[in-house]
Amino acid sequence: MRGSAASLSRRESWARRLPLIPAFVYVFLVTQIPFALTVYYSFFSWNLLQPGSFRFAGLDNYAALLTNESIRTAVWNTVLLTVSVIAISVILGLAVAMLLNSEVFGKGIMRTLMIAPFLIMPTAGALVWKDTLLNPLFGLLPYLLTPFGLSRIDWIGRAPMATVVAVEVWRWTPFMMLIILAGLQSQNPEVLEAARVDGANAFQAFRRITLPLVRPFIELGALLGSLFVVQTFDSIYMLTYGGPGEDTTNIPFLLYIVAFQGFSIGQASAIGVIAVIITIIVATFALRTLFSIFQVEARR
Amino acid sequence: MIGALAANRKRILWSVVGWVVVFVFFFPVLWMWLEALKTEPQAASSPPTIFFVPTLEEFQTVLGGDFPPFFINSAIASVVSTFLVLVLGLPAAYALAIRPVKRTQDMLFFFISTRFLPFAASLVPLYLLARDLQLLDNIFALILIYTTINLPLGVWLLRSFLLEIPIDLFEAARVDGATFRHEILRIVVPLIAPGLAATSLICLIFSWNEFFYAVNLTSSVAATAPIFLVSFISGRGLFYAKLAAAATLASLPVLLAGWIAQKQLIRGLTMGAVK
Repeated sequence: MRGSAASLSRRESWARRLPLIPAFVYVFLVTQIPFALTVYYSFFSWNLLQPGSFRFAGLDNYAALLTNESIRTAVWNTVLLTVSVIAISVILGLAVAMLLNSEVFGKGIMRTLMIAPFLIMPTAGALVWKDTLLNPLFGLLPYLLTPFGLSRIDWIGRAPMATVVAVEVWRWTPFMMLIILAGLQSQNPEVLEAARVDGANAFQAFRRITLPLVRPFIELGALLGSLFVVQTFDSIYMLTYGGPGEDTTNIPFLLYIVAFQGFSIGQASAIGVIAVIITIIVATFALRTLFSIFQVEARR
Repeated sequence: MIGALAANRKRILWSVVGWVVVFVFFFPVLWMWLEALKTEPQAASSPPTIFFVPTLEEFQTVLGGDFPPFFINSAIASVVSTFLVLVLGLPAAYALAIRPVKRTQDMLFFFISTRFLPFAASLVPLYLLARDLQLLDNIFALILIYTTINLPLGVWLLRSFLLEIPIDLFEAARVDGATFRHEILRIVVPLIAPGLAATSLICLIFSWNEFFYAVNLTSSVAATAPIFLVSFISGRGLFYAKLAAAATLASLPVLLAGWIAQKQLIRGLTMGAVK
């Protein structure tokens, strides 16, 4: 009697788990095996162009990376790019979201136009910036800046990192705006009205009421955004190709260069492992935030 | 009266500020469209041509040239991988939402952590595997990878929609003797049609715009739309109109889909956390 109940519940629990299995197995195979191989290759010296060069190298790849200027530059560029893009796009996104949440004319159209930069294919957006807007000879921006004594400046050559940051901010501000706007719209306008009546000025009302309310949305946007921006590749490839020198080479781009220009599989794999470590640091915070939001929701 | 006037003036002022900001952000897109409607000499003139008679010449050149195969590859990779995400993701989301298994939280965590595993971490082995399996420059490799990238998003997003269905509905169906397949097709699918739309949209955006794997795993036969754009990098002011026309066409499906489904966009981008 007892045995059959137990076996029934076991069958039941398998029946519950069954729909989960295909997706789990699929994701497990396609993500974990390659990652395990990356870790494995990172302990080997292997140049794809030299058959038979595959040999165990211990920690040599990591030791080489520690003494290598390129990886330090790439880590620094990755941090610089991610932090500045996220910080600037959160601030701009908040400002635009507040504008769109106020009583302006044509809100719907404004929002529609505003999200276009995020939807445009990143390679296409970068190409349009590089050639038609920033090109020192034919671009629109150098022409428009001529009266200000900034004519014919090669922005990509002079300020490569700032250019990449600008293009990425252009792309990520709409993303932040969308998320923060959703937060603002969940606000009860009466609370703000009451604060006004109580004599709070606009700044006080913003700091004391609006900001605490949208904070989780800002955090969510910033953390999701940083997980994407850490992986920036398209715009660097199109705008600067990591240069001049290594001025805009971030970790994904360095890995691309080492793997597909240098064909050093071991070195590239070690860079991949480092990329994972950096991402885990960022993601730990990101996932915690996501989960806390979902837990609040589950309590309903 | 004076108060109302002041409020109105304030409203106009902020509207102007808002429109200026939106114009700045939208301008590169607008400029891309304008350049695409010019002739080559107009597109690469100095000073830039502002007034011109629009022509569809460059769109014809791009569409009549070697662009369509790239576009078709993008469409195949995006549509097929999105379909696979729905087929694999819906049952998984169902299991995680309606009949929670033990370790549901761990499962959710596992799925989402794979989405944020850097592409860089798996590129080299995937390249080598594709090479050994004769899948380099094969659209099948991109389909497999895009399915993997989007499946975790799909599971989370679909689960967030499933959580909104009253649980009684499923119990009633089960009492009536509905099978699992029946339950999914007759109850779940119609109720979460908006969820399926949001998931498809987000999968489409990510796979259509994907560049990192595409540029490293394909070269000509299976190359997607963003790869076509790479050929313009070296253009020295000679092909601006063609470049802009190609960029416009390559961006069009996602831009239109995103504009039409704006409501689903936020929810999709935040994996269901923000509604």
